[in-house]
Amino acid sequence: MHKDLVKWSLLLSAVVALCLSAASYAQLTTYQQQEWLHSPAASSHIGNLSGEARAAALPYRRYCVGCHGELGDGNGENMQWINPKPRDFQLAIFKCRSTPTGTLPTDEDLFNTIGRGLDRSNMPSWNPLTKQERADLVAWIKHFSPRWQNEKAGTPIQIPPEPEITPERVKAGQEVFRKMECWKCHGVQGMANGPSSATLTDDLGRPISPFNFTDGSRPLCGNTDRDIYKIFMTGLDGTPMPSFADNIKPDEAWDLVFYLRSLQPHNSFNAKEKEIAKQLGLKPVNPNAPAQ
Amino acid sequence: MRMWAQSHLCQKPQRVSSVFAAAFALVFLLLGAIQPASALPAFARKYGLRCSACHESWPALNNFGLKFRDNGYQLMNDRDAPIWQNPSYWPVTFRITPIWHRVSSLQEVDTYSSGAPSTAQRISSTGFDLSGLDFHTGGTLEKNVSFYVLPSSDPTAAFHFETAMARVDNIGNSPWLNIKLGKFELNNLLSEKRILTLTGNGGVYQTYHFSPVNDGNIYGQMGDNQLGVEYMGHSLDDRTRISAALLSSNDGNVGLLTGANSYSGFFTFDEGIDTGKLGVDRLGVYAFVGEAATFYRTSGGVPIPGSGIGNKGFSRVGFTGQFYFGPHFDVNVVTQHGEDNAYFGQGYGNAVNPSLGVIGTPGPNFVPGTMLPGSAWAPSWNGVTVEARYVYSPQFIVLARYEAERMSQQATPGTASNLGNITNYVIGYRYNPFMTSRAGFAYHGEFNLFHQDGTGPNNSAGNATNINTSELLFGFDFDF
Repeated sequence: MHKDLVKWSLLLSAVVALCLSAASYAQLTTYQQQEWLHSPAASSHIGNLSGEARAAALPYRRYCVGCHGELGDGNGENMQWINPKPRDFQLAIFKCRSTPTGTLPTDEDLFNTIGRGLDRSNMPSWNPLTKQERADLVAWIKHFSPRWQNEKAGTPIQIPPEPEITPERVKAGQEVFRKMECWKCHGVQGMANGPSSATLTDDLGRPISPFNFTDGSRPLCGNTDRDIYKIFMTGLDGTPMPSFADNIKPDEAWDLVFYLRSLQPHNSFNAKEKEIAKQLGLKPVNPNAPAQ
Repeated sequence: MRMWAQSHLCQKPQRVSSVFAAAFALVFLLLGAIQPASALPAFARKYGLRCSACHESWPALNNFGLKFRDNGYQLMNDRDAPIWQNPSYWPVTFRITPIWHRVSSLQEVDTYSSGAPSTAQRISSTGFDLSGLDFHTGGTLEKNVSFYVLPSSDPTAAFHFETAMARVDNIGNSPWLNIKLGKFELNNLLSEKRILTLTGNGGVYQTYHFSPVNDGNIYGQMGDNQLGVEYMGHSLDDRTRISAALLSSNDGNVGLLTGANSYSGFFTFDEGIDTGKLGVDRLGVYAFVGEAATFYRTSGGVPIPGSGIGNKGFSRVGFTGQFYFGPHFDVNVVTQHGEDNAYFGQGYGNAVNPSLGVIGTPGPNFVPGTMLPGSAWAPSWNGVTVEARYVYSPQFIVLARYEAERMSQQATPGTASNLGNITNYVIGYRYNPFMTSRAGFAYHGEFNLFHQDGTGPNNSAGNATNINTSELLFGFDFDF
């Protein structure tokens, strides 16, 4: 009986201690965020626009807090119902960037993401908001994480001018697709059914699916050729999609863009690529084929 | 969801001061229950967005909500089609508002004396009450094909269809081509169906319903949902919006009871301007023009449904404006110049009004070919609605409204120039003690003063008085 009492007392004490530490962590986080709200980092600059975090308190509460949470930790009340989960701004890890992998995005990257929305997620396009509101929201996002206090945004990658589309380039793009083993996740036909696709998780251990090029979905970070190019060279941080900046040359990245366009259903961006792929009679990549 | 007509009065006057004291005590008690941090919950649940994402305060739309509606209740991502929803998701929301209210107005009261059988007396009544019940159901049937059905009841649970329509959007992948068919809310920038107030006179926009005294045109009711087909187009970011609707001139009543073969058109254009720190301000124009029957053929003295003839014209035109002064304050303005054909001005056209013979007593509506008096004029008027809103937070909004309707030309020479003029004041607040994407709840308070010249009951001297009605309302407005 006495032993039971001691055991239960210890257990209860541990639970209380855990609760208290969690509560104090939350308070600390709130306190720090209040401090950061007044720091120079809690501002944004997009072209001629300057955003202020403090001006975004109300818009954030109106539009964003339900998913991203009061503390920006992605724990809004809707978090449990939606998939993919909302971004945790405290980690300051963002998929859509123009900056190298591992670095912070530019203000413009965040601004564009807010305006464009993220297809295949619950994040809609917020372009009905004014540009000023979006700029303020960028600044507000930055006040959630200590990374913005200590680091500068990465330098945007250089994107060479888009070359002319040729059959050779589409074919070369297919070879890059095979050589870089894109098929392992995206599948040999780009249908998101590669051998690794079922095992993929994001950095927080949550299951994640690769992009399906064939179902008409819009690419996550924008639908232009330059947007797709950027994804190879910057990676999607926080996901299994790495940056290939060290592995492929800019020319090869363009080739890959053209090949991936040929996998998409007909749209306003890929008429030429589809035509070339048809003329070439392109077959799905053969993972076992020798390198060309 | 207007609560009740101002004539719903009981006969026991109360002392105003004690009523005010009790009401304010109630409000403060309610506000005392404030907790830290409302949409059609059916939509909010579908997309995982809080009500405040689409609504400045429910049900008034903000720019994001306006775009959502203009896109056919879609966010234009891959979550729009119903196939993405959990099979148990059922897009239904109900709304009802238990309230306490006080109404004070002049009534014609019997005196039981031979000299003056009746006289005008102010009667005040208070009590607990209910609004009608709305069942909102709306959503997508497939990508770019959506619907909205709203069976709505009065407080006695007598139902009608307030809205019932289907729409096809983004035809040919163009946001400029969207069609809806059925009974729907007109494309008013300041929509009465999204009004933030609930009293009899404050729960409608007077500008949208004004007609001259004894005017028989009941068809130019911009605030009412109408039956017809609407084309609507908008830019990708919804800054530019245009619409044209072809409507049956029957004020949204089904069965073509008030006239067949008469149509009207409702046209709108508005442009949103990104004014930086102020917000997206909008300027627009509208025109509601059409014609409606002035005579009805009868059978045994009773109008034959759909037998209206002698179509005459009417018009309502004006400007709209939505001006944001930062995230906390905005002003909405609607102006109107209205004009009815002289036939309407003399009372022709309204087959719904029993006094004009609809229940079997032939009235002027039912004698085709009746000539107008030579001196009959086409009545015209001007009106304005100004509504200012202060948004303290997405959960708390205070509003004030001023409306003025002024006759420009009476239908009959010699009529007092101000007969029928309306001045209306409304103040109110809505406080949502919590806000999630699952349900909506608001503490609602409102006060309204309504004045109309020369249309009140006769006084003891036999002269018409002015209508002066005040209304006070507190309630719990909730939807789930």
